[in-house]
Amino acid sequence: MGKLYDELCKDYRFKEGLHTCINCGTCTAICPAAEFYKYDPRKILDTIQRKDEAAIEALLKSDTIWYCGECMSCVTRCPRKNGAGLVIMALRNLSAKLGYFTYSEKGRQLYPLTKALNYNVLNLGYCVHPSTFVFEDHPESGPVFKWVLEHKEDVYARLGANFGKEGPGALRKIPQEDLDELKAIYDETGATERIETVEKYSLAKAEEMGMTPDEYLKYTFTHCSKGHFNNE
Amino acid sequence: MIYQGKQKIWSDYQKEIPDNHWFYVRSCIRQSFFPASEGHFVKIVRDLLGKDLYETPHHTTCGGIAYHSDTIPQETAMTIVARQFSLMKEAGYKNLVTSCITSFGNYTEILETWREFPELETRIREHLWKACRREFDKPEYVAHASDVVYKLRNEIAEKAKFRLVNHETGEPLRIVEHIGCHYSKMFPHKGVGGAEYPCVLSGMVESWGGKVIDYPERRHCCGFGFRQYLVKANRGYSVSNTHKKFESMEPFHPDLIITNCPGCPYFLDRWQYVISEQTGKTYGQNGHGIPALTYEELAGLVLGYDPWDLGLQIHQVGPEPLLDKMGIAYDPARKYLGLDEKDIMKPGLPTVLKCC
Repeated sequence: MGKLYDELCKDYRFKEGLHTCINCGTCTAICPAAEFYKYDPRKILDTIQRKDEAAIEALLKSDTIWYCGECMSCVTRCPRKNGAGLVIMALRNLSAKLGYFTYSEKGRQLYPLTKALNYNVLNLGYCVHPSTFVFEDHPESGPVFKWVLEHKEDVYARLGANFGKEGPGALRKIPQEDLDELKAIYDETGATERIETVEKYSLAKAEEMGMTPDEYLKYTFTHCSKGHFNNE
Repeated sequence: MIYQGKQKIWSDYQKEIPDNHWFYVRSCIRQSFFPASEGHFVKIVRDLLGKDLYETPHHTTCGGIAYHSDTIPQETAMTIVARQFSLMKEAGYKNLVTSCITSFGNYTEILETWREFPELETRIREHLWKACRREFDKPEYVAHASDVVYKLRNEIAEKAKFRLVNHETGEPLRIVEHIGCHYSKMFPHKGVGGAEYPCVLSGMVESWGGKVIDYPERRHCCGFGFRQYLVKANRGYSVSNTHKKFESMEPFHPDLIITNCPGCPYFLDRWQYVISEQTGKTYGQNGHGIPALTYEELAGLVLGYDPWDLGLQIHQVGPEPLLDKMGIAYDPARKYLGLDEKDIMKPGLPTVLKCC
């Protein structure tokens, strides 16, 4: 048994997600990602079951493992109670830990995701929050949400939220003492170390690609090469 | 025999939902995009139906979106949730109700993983103690807020001012129900009706007079996909999946979509706008879209709350065709007013999609 496979075996999602895959392909048939991306969860589980270290390393460095939407539709349908989506989470975790995510375009997107989501969690106590939701990054949110963002305080007050204020209610200000507890949890459980790891490998990749950190952040958030989709 | 067997299988997918004493935790997405939905959940359950529902300002995100976007380790997500359990213990509650489906899936996954791997629960207890000097009890019951409304659906029906019926023809409205993937696809026995026949929303629709529509892609994901929406470069995945659902439901002419996940109504609403801008196609009647509502908004309409108090004006798809069918009066001039009738301008209009 090789080193990468051993690492995967330590992940509880891997323990839950891969028992004995019979390669029936039901997961691929039901998968929303496989419908549009060049993605086949059946092949991924087969690759891992073979315990081929070189093939697993190639997976960890590929775009493939980043196509899944983690909807977990595969979990419901698998006749052997496997969960391809859970295995994907374990693969992504290992790819992040080892810095392999910077080898692929979709993997490099971990940088903008890590920065944005963890900023929100640690500074606001929310994963998503209107104060950091930028319309230019989300034109699909439509003219109505552009208006909401331009009149945040008024609209949220009109709709009964407690926007940015103390006490209970929607969009309340999370007290600093609670944010401090979240930071302590991050420090204790490895999230702070994970953020630093993603930052370190991402900035090295940015330098390799001849970009400033800001250019790299924008590029990884917006750039989509041809070739990811089934119809390309 | 076959019938009895089916009855037994069906009984395995029923939930005995407690009807009182809830510790409520909010949803990041619902607060940001549908804040009045949460407000009306509290109003209906606590004020109108007199149930005990408690919220502490000290609860935070469960970290579910960060976790499913692969930006935090599993033990971090577990310890954040353990902290919420600690707040629940402090407040003296045992039934947890989550506003968010990602949270519901997250809480359920964590409790099931601890059940199977008790050593992990022990480690999380140690993490929480070291980080926050806190201890916790596991909840006796975890529900999604739609479970609570499902449980109370007949009490709501008794107080209804409007029914899900076309007030001119007397015909039931044709309604698509969309269940969030993390409600029961991972742990079918935790959802009312399981993953194959979830009835948490169809039960509400039927109690309130509507007709549920079956269509081929009924159980297909809305297309959120976490990183597949959050990263701008990936949104082709998200809109393509939503498009697949709309093409599938279109021949059945739905009057309305009801959802129980905070993200799904956003995507089923906003991608209709994007599809209309990209292709010129709309899925409702006469250039309108199909309104995609939260279950709280629909309960609020049935109970006679003002559509603009419910926040229907911050959907991109206009709700007016639905309100007209139900015979609900509304004042178009008040649609975009702020608090105390303050004039805060109006949103721009889409190129194609009719919004009022």
